Amino acid sequence: MKITICIGSSCHLKGSRQVIERLQQLIAQHGLEGKVELGGTFCMGNCQNGVCVTLDEAPFSLSPQTVDSFFETQVLTKIS
Amino acid sequence: MRIFDTKVQHLKYKVLREVARHAWDDTLLQAIPDIPKDIVPGNKPTMRCCVYKERAILAERVKLAMGGNKENKNVIEVIDIACDECPASGFEVTNTCRGCLAHRCEDVCPKGAISFDEHQKAHIDKDKCIGCGMCARVCPYSAITRNRRPCENACKVKAISMSKNTETKEAVIDESKCIACGACVYQCPFGAISDKSYILDVIDMIKKSNKNQNYKVYAIVAPSISGQFRYAKLGQVISGIKALGFFTVVEVALGADIVADREATELAEKGFLTSSCCPAFVDFIKKQFPAMVEHISHNLSPMGAIAEYIKKGDPTAKVVFIGPCTAKKMEVQQERIKPLVDSAITFEELQALFDSKDLDITSMEEDVLDNASYFGRIFARSGGVADAVQQALKEHGEKDFVLKALPCDGIEACRTALLKASKGILQENFIEGMACLGGCIGGAGCLTHGEKNKAEVDKYGREALEKNIGDAIRLTKIGK
Repeated sequence: MKITICIGSSCHLKGSRQVIERLQQLIAQHGLEGKVELGGTFCMGNCQNGVCVTLDEAPFSLSPQTVDSFFETQVLTKIS
Repeated sequence: MRIFDTKVQHLKYKVLREVARHAWDDTLLQAIPDIPKDIVPGNKPTMRCCVYKERAILAERVKLAMGGNKENKNVIEVIDIACDECPASGFEVTNTCRGCLAHRCEDVCPKGAISFDEHQKAHIDKDKCIGCGMCARVCPYSAITRNRRPCENACKVKAISMSKNTETKEAVIDESKCIACGACVYQCPFGAISDKSYILDVIDMIKKSNKNQNYKVYAIVAPSISGQFRYAKLGQVISGIKALGFFTVVEVALGADIVADREATELAEKGFLTSSCCPAFVDFIKKQFPAMVEHISHNLSPMGAIAEYIKKGDPTAKVVFIGPCTAKKMEVQQERIKPLVDSAITFEELQALFDSKDLDITSMEEDVLDNASYFGRIFARSGGVADAVQQALKEHGEKDFVLKALPCDGIEACRTALLKASKGILQENFIEGMACLGGCIGGAGCLTHGEKNKAEVDKYGREALEKNIGDAIRLTKIGK
């Protein structure tokens, strides 16, 4: 599973670093290092709705506050 | 508000703008012969002896705007018919000479080149004079001055001389010495030396991307942009760049953060380094201090570092550097950089591109630009690299290595530092070398060069979301 996070200016200002840090923590907590790959990209063309994230091509809009629920409902369910 | 410092820049800009305008419309081939007349209509000369000479020179500028002579690798070229062949007479006695009794000038001259007329006023025999300048130094009235061409004066690597051809005395560039810093380009009052432009490559890249569908064209902008385009807001400049057709805009300063982080590690390991950010400085070391080459940091420049990161994530991406620098146009031709950066243009050329599409950036919405930390952003001014490396060492928790940095701006300061280092008498352990005075903010491709530019860079630095290097580059380390 690959999660790509936009680190372009707009998403960066909306907290992409916090999103990444939280995802890294969650991945480590659940021992999913080998299963979930993180990547960065500049701009997904949807700047108004950042922080833009794709999970295996499917687009999501996250904020530092919604990372945990995204991880639970999307990542964990798909992995198990 | 005035966009450019000089009328020479403005003229160059008009040519670039017209070339670009026709390139967007696919009408360039037919329009080439008409561009000079479009810029200089009528029959009243305003710059030269006649409109025909003005147009002949403009035709040469059109060639440079289209990439110039492909056989000449250097990106800096003399437009020989534009060179005014300034009478650079060397040392001359001015009418301040009082015809004194002491005649110190005569005593000190090693070649017996000084004689006196019936009023006891000094005269210099040009055939005997070797230009040592001793006479000028000892004259109590400072009556002897050195008359040098502005281009020769500007060129601190001594790459410019007068043609040996006695009929035409145009400026000639010694390619084995030139570091493409562009000092002569900015200083020649006749605009007779110019950097070649690659805007056509950039326009072609944008057009063939088919609105970034075939591949994405990234603009990477140097942090010195903060003091440029003063008539608009930085966010509007970013909107303008995207309106030209670039997919997105990324800060080269993030590449600077990456460089500072790596440079700190390399420096602590090796104990002595010179910076590798400024391509003209690196070229200067290679050409004038070959024994020091081993001490050049092995890091890519910030431009190379950010482009490498972009292409790692998006292998089909095209990357265009936009900055203040003419030497970057040489750097992108290097084997190591070629696969990373597809072209380099200056702020002057960006202005021409905006106007070639009649984009009024002042009426645009403000976009955002925020990728780097304060420290990456201050690379644009002298002392910035040293400050950033110091910060990176601190963030690494480095305890054994103590940084003693020597920031050098301008080739003369760089030369002094390198001379000392090559003799083993330099106290410092890190030479930050920038070929332009003040650092990149003094670059030849800037629209304006002002006292305020340093303050603007620092202010832009402080506005960065990320306050330290580690946080800024954390984003670039994911997925590794």
